[in-house]
Amino acid sequence: MALLQVQNLSKRYDKEKRVLSDINLEVRKGEFVSIIGPSGAGKSTFLRCINRMIDTSEGEIHFDDVDVMALSKRELRKHRTKIGMIFQHYNLVSRLTVIENVLHGRFGYKSTWQGILGRFTEEEKLQAFNLLKKLGMEEHAYKRCDQLSGGQKQRVGIARALIQSPKLLLCDEPIASLDPNASKVIMDHLQTISKELDITCIVNLHQVDVAKKYSDRIIGLNSGRVVYDGTSTELTSSAIHTIYGSEAGELIME
Amino acid sequence: MDIAVFQKKKQRMTLFMVILIGLTLLSARMTDFDFLHSVQTLPKALSWMASNLVVTEQALTKMPSILDKLIETIFLSITATTTASVLALLLALMGSHTTKINSFFGSLSRIIASVYRNIPIVAWALILLLSFGQSALTGYFALFLATFGFLTRAFIETIDETSSSSVEALRATGATYFQVVAKAVIPECSPQIISWVLFMIETNIRSSTLVGILTGTGIGFAFDLYYKSMNYHVVCLITISIVVVVIGIELLSNYVRRVIL
Repeated sequence: MALLQVQNLSKRYDKEKRVLSDINLEVRKGEFVSIIGPSGAGKSTFLRCINRMIDTSEGEIHFDDVDVMALSKRELRKHRTKIGMIFQHYNLVSRLTVIENVLHGRFGYKSTWQGILGRFTEEEKLQAFNLLKKLGMEEHAYKRCDQLSGGQKQRVGIARALIQSPKLLLCDEPIASLDPNASKVIMDHLQTISKELDITCIVNLHQVDVAKKYSDRIIGLNSGRVVYDGTSTELTSSAIHTIYGSEAGELIME
Repeated sequence: MDIAVFQKKKQRMTLFMVILIGLTLLSARMTDFDFLHSVQTLPKALSWMASNLVVTEQALTKMPSILDKLIETIFLSITATTTASVLALLLALMGSHTTKINSFFGSLSRIIASVYRNIPIVAWALILLLSFGQSALTGYFALFLATFGFLTRAFIETIDETSSSSVEALRATGATYFQVVAKAVIPECSPQIISWVLFMIETNIRSSTLVGILTGTGIGFAFDLYYKSMNYHVVCLITISIVVVVIGIELLSNYVRRVIL
């Protein structure tokens, strides 16, 4: 049984223009999926429909045998704890320390008051430190996030997502603001997460070569439609041109 | 071709100047304002100010009572600002796009803020005089209401500017509304919020002088009293002490800003 099933998903912000139309796909547990496509193709919107940060207009999403559309407010909160999210601009609370930001990932499991007062158990704190250690961020645990570099911030973002004990990671262009070095570190970590922890990763990417190198499967979006869905080895250059809607030889590729 | 464009520009400028001078002359004629006369009286006015607006030893004997009034004014401004800022923060959370509960309450709080902000503080003081009479309470409420409107607006913008990205991240972890507010919005916005509150305390000390004249309290009352009894030496002393206090508060808040930002 697939972890994530999307059926006939459509999203429109106004009456005429559809951002996503009629998307059908299934994602298995532990799969590493990259979504590529031109800017404005609906990649970010698609990710945010999965954890209902954005409400869909039509269609069905089933995640972990739960009908995502039918969730009440309380159930939605529980649904979101099972899905970690990583952002292009890291979206950390920059004036708080690294460890505080990591622990924010536990809010979904806490009552409002426990969250506001910052009551975390010893285990949670240990887990946070272990995650930071795994990501090579242990020594920065008490630094304020605005003192970190981009790559370090993204690793904090990953730790915050992992402490949720998620089944799925949604990564919205995780390396778009990073240099090639930091990008590799982040992508390697994501790959390890998917392989070792068996956590499914859905990653929006702009770099086709990165997508080909890391993913089991690539989905190509153009104007809100799935125009390619297959393994990374099957992704030919003509398929890439279909995805980006360009003529051959007009794209920068390695 | 080019020369014609420049000439046209010059002509337009000249025309504009002529109209401006004409308007000035016309309004002077209509209000019986005499340029020559006013220039002639200027030295006289200056010499009057030089002889009357000086602090004499006699005036200095009033210093303790002035200080009392001044302290009353400072604390009234601080109380009005801090209490108003709490209410403003609540309303701003409702009005901000990032943290609003729904768009109805969002627009409602923006409208409330706008109404309170756009009624001048003097108008508030006069309206409130009718219900509360001449007391410190009237002054407090006048400052409170105007401050509340202004700060709500300022806070809404601060919240939208600084915290929308971390709010999104925390919502995605499954955090509740109040967790998001306490752990993302407040930490991200606190420097700006404190900065706005300090700015408002400064502003309120200045305007409470004016409000005090109307409500008969604080330093404004003292100013009014000595002004009407033509004791200009004391009036001067009061003015100087207000200026000193405002500059002092400004320096202090600049220092606080540097430390927290």
